[in-house]
Amino acid sequence: MDKYIEMIRIRFLMMLAYRTNYYTGILIYAINIGAYYFLWAAIYGHKTQIEGLSVVQMTTYVAIAWMARAFYFNNIDREMAVEIMEGKVAVELIRPYSYLMMKTMQGLGEGIFRLFFFSVPGMLIVSFIFPVKFTWNPAVWGLFAVSIVLSFLINTQLNLLTGITTFFLFNNSGLIRAKRVVIDLFSGLLLPISFFPGWAQGIMKYLPFQGISYIPSMIFSNGFTRQAAFHAILEQAIWVIILVLPIQVLWSLAKKQLVIQGG
Amino acid sequence: MFYGSMFFQYLAQYMKTRLQYRADLFVEIFSDLLSQAVNFIFILVVFGHTSLLAGWSRNEIIFIYGFFLVPFAVFSSFFNIWDFNERYIVKGEFDRILTRPIHSLFQIILERIELESLFGAVTGIAIMFYSGIKLGLEMHWYDPFVFLLFVIGGALVYGGVFVMLACISFWADARTSIMPMMYNIGNYGRYPVDIYNKAIRFVLTWILPFAFVGVYPAAFFLGKREWTFYSFLTPVIGVVFFTVSIFLWNQGVKKYRGAGN
Repeated sequence: MDKYIEMIRIRFLMMLAYRTNYYTGILIYAINIGAYYFLWAAIYGHKTQIEGLSVVQMTTYVAIAWMARAFYFNNIDREMAVEIMEGKVAVELIRPYSYLMMKTMQGLGEGIFRLFFFSVPGMLIVSFIFPVKFTWNPAVWGLFAVSIVLSFLINTQLNLLTGITTFFLFNNSGLIRAKRVVIDLFSGLLLPISFFPGWAQGIMKYLPFQGISYIPSMIFSNGFTRQAAFHAILEQAIWVIILVLPIQVLWSLAKKQLVIQGG
Repeated sequence: MFYGSMFFQYLAQYMKTRLQYRADLFVEIFSDLLSQAVNFIFILVVFGHTSLLAGWSRNEIIFIYGFFLVPFAVFSSFFNIWDFNERYIVKGEFDRILTRPIHSLFQIILERIELESLFGAVTGIAIMFYSGIKLGLEMHWYDPFVFLLFVIGGALVYGGVFVMLACISFWADARTSIMPMMYNIGNYGRYPVDIYNKAIRFVLTWILPFAFVGVYPAAFFLGKREWTFYSFLTPVIGVVFFTVSIFLWNQGVKKYRGAGN
């Protein structure tokens, strides 16, 4: 266990060394949130509510969705693809730790760094500029914290899955991009799932994506009742467990048919 | 002439490498289509809840999106420099570029060409025709020429902004996350600028002039006379931004000392 915590620490320090670019990053995220805010304000027009969300709730939703993204987002799928293509993975495989676990921990180190140096200051700045409404209810914050950890896990698992496919596809930058696009839409980052037409919501109920962004953002913006929030978090947890299976299967298949290209 | 023949040589090499990983090429085109579909779905879903966006109808917004795709496709085929810092500066690859007999920026453009992105232009034009017919737009004899002019202008705007961002790495060699995120900001030119407040409208027009890649030029074809001035400013802004970016690039190259290993 110690070695994994060390990995989190190392990645955290590595990010800290390059922290200057994060100040510009916050600015750009703020611009990003701002543009969505104006878009939504125009969409709302004179309506006070759409699908049970007010404009203020919607703004809060957009802001928290982007700021949470800084925490759960990572590039480990791309990193894995590079390591596999360059043959570095061969060395990683003979080291005394689980490769997938190591990647997860690196992602976590990155996430924790961004949580403190990006999301928290970013959220403060954004809340000064836009009409974001924080709740000071500790129960909501507690639920949000649990939910955001689960969304990190789901997103990381999907990244691991995408990364592993490099073993079979050799060059999968296209797939990685496609996955990112799909997640942006179906996770609820761009717009809440409840805005989709009913049939689409029906399909998305059976996909893990809404556990990434929609659920934590809805909890934070008070769009869920307490009951619904518990239910949603349970759903996230179930997905975390389900996703372990395809990862293990693909991983053992991949190790068997590993081809090192160059190296 | 030499530049031209280099261009075609690289093009041929590019084709060979792309066809090596044929499956990936298809996935890539597919993922481009997918991301266009996602944006399209976004517009459709949004208009499921409203009929007008600051006075613009659904088909007009779709038309703007279709137009945006064309210069964007041209840009992404030729200016693939979003990872310039990591790929060239941090890894020290830029030293190699400097030993080549052609202009360093042109060399990088050649190396990073991604022609499959041009496919997006096809989608874009198809979308424009689709919404244009629904809107009952008439086509004039000069429209294709104006279109070409605006597309080149828009692509140069994008190219200029991204080359300028790449130039930052000459002065500060820390990894920067600006580039990937700038793609997000670029998307805001796709919506009518009147929905934003004055400050953002100003930024999108004069500082990061992404409005010239989407809404301004598209407004001309939609017959929005009040925007005509801005529409025809598109090629001007494109040329100005691109020229400034090349100037900055040349300054940056002088400043470059080498990094990485």
